[in-house]
Amino acid sequence: MKYLILIFGNPRSRAIWEQFSDEQRSAGYAAYGALDESLRASGELIVSEALTDPAMAQRLPARVDLGPTDGPFAEAKEQLAGFFLVQCDSMQRAVEIAGRIPESEFGLVEVRPVMDLGDVDLQ
Amino acid sequence: MTEINLLLRDLAPQVLGALLRTAGDFEASEDAVQEALLAAALQWPVDGVPLHPKAWLITVADRRRIEIWRGDAARRRREAINSALPAGEPDPRSGIDDTLTLLMLCCHPSLTPLSQVALTLRAVGGLTTAEIASAFLVPESTIGQRISRAKQRIRASGARFRLPPATEFDERIAAVRQVLYLIFTEGSTASSGTALQRVELTDEAIRLTRQLQSLVPDDGEVAGLLALMVLTDARRPARTQADGALVPLALQDRGRWDAAAIAEGTALISATLATAVVGPFQLQAAIAALHDEASTAADTDWAQIHALYLLLERLTPGPMVTLNRIVAQSMVLGPQSALEELNGLSDSLSGHHRVHAVRAHLFELSGEAAAARSEYQRAARLTRSIPEQRYLESQASRLA
Repeated sequence: MKYLILIFGNPRSRAIWEQFSDEQRSAGYAAYGALDESLRASGELIVSEALTDPAMAQRLPARVDLGPTDGPFAEAKEQLAGFFLVQCDSMQRAVEIAGRIPESEFGLVEVRPVMDLGDVDLQ
Repeated sequence: MTEINLLLRDLAPQVLGALLRTAGDFEASEDAVQEALLAAALQWPVDGVPLHPKAWLITVADRRRIEIWRGDAARRRREAINSALPAGEPDPRSGIDDTLTLLMLCCHPSLTPLSQVALTLRAVGGLTTAEIASAFLVPESTIGQRISRAKQRIRASGARFRLPPATEFDERIAAVRQVLYLIFTEGSTASSGTALQRVELTDEAIRLTRQLQSLVPDDGEVAGLLALMVLTDARRPARTQADGALVPLALQDRGRWDAAAIAEGTALISATLATAVVGPFQLQAAIAALHDEASTAADTDWAQIHALYLLLERLTPGPMVTLNRIVAQSMVLGPQSALEELNGLSDSLSGHHRVHAVRAHLFELSGEAAAARSEYQRAARLTRSIPEQRYLESQASRLA
């Protein structure tokens, strides 16, 4: 089963990151590097990417008016900062992987099951 | 699949077994066999199939293994190995035992289920890493890393290329059955567009289970598993519409079911139930046979299916079995008692889409269209299967 592990950022987490010393920041990068490496080795990693700052995002203008929205998304406090797409045996395992992401300490990591073509009742 | 491909897949575990008996190095031997299979897949269609295809593969693989070994020699510092090549066609009997040994090695308890599946498909099934990756819709590197990691784990566990002791045999063969079942269910999905290649996993699971059943004909659960696969796969042509939409069992065109497969599966499960100690795969196969034997949905022998589910529930209690038993019960006793029992179910099932789908169905049978519709909608939101979501959404809008 595939799971998407989403890593969010918010103004507070960005402030913490910016106040870090160079050593602390490289420890953070190393944690990511180690996680990437171990998922690659176990064959569970499909892809992982970091996203640019939300300021770089471009939103498509509405062509049908659905009424008031919470957007524009770029103004929301919690912003998607990066993701891991993994294939593993269970949600439990996906959560275990997600727990190794430094941001999980601050409650900024979420795991979402990916839809697929399977799991149809066979009977 | 071409005849050459099929031949190569049949020979793959035998060739690997032959290498392992002389050399014992699983990692290098398995890589070498993959390369020999690739070489054959390229050369044989052009030059023709050699007189002794198995000996050809063993010779090429063994040569390659020695090259791999020489490359690693400095690091590993092993004793000199016997590099003599087998002259003729080896004893076919040993090839058969090798397949069973190899299956048990690939389903080694030190591996995760996903790794067991990938390694079994490659080392026993003879599939390439690229074929496995496309069947599971993941990049080739993901599968490649999973396989090499699995082989390292087997080496680290100290496992040898021999059958496990009698005390472990049952447990190990249960793991093999589980892996084959996983391969089958992974492939047993709607055969639409992007899913086309996954059908091959179903065929592959049946082929390997057939091999296993011929090796352990007295294992009732292996026979039950094979019957379950064959009887389920028999309905494949009717399970999806041309556009890929899912057709539920009750609405399938039974004329499109594979009659020969149904006859085979039914004969197998009947013979097995008469002689073997009953087990969960046999019960599920018996249930599948009852569905397959009904010429219309209305003819289905729900009373017997209900009785079999009660037995299955006692043997392997679990929320999904209970849910299926409740569905069967509703067909025998009507929707009301089933709805009541569904409401009393433990929390272990709340939030599972299938509970809502069943409740929707039961509401519909009791004539409560609005309640049925909202349960179908909830089920559609909770499923993680695209074809199933599409089906549940259409059920909901049908009741609008």
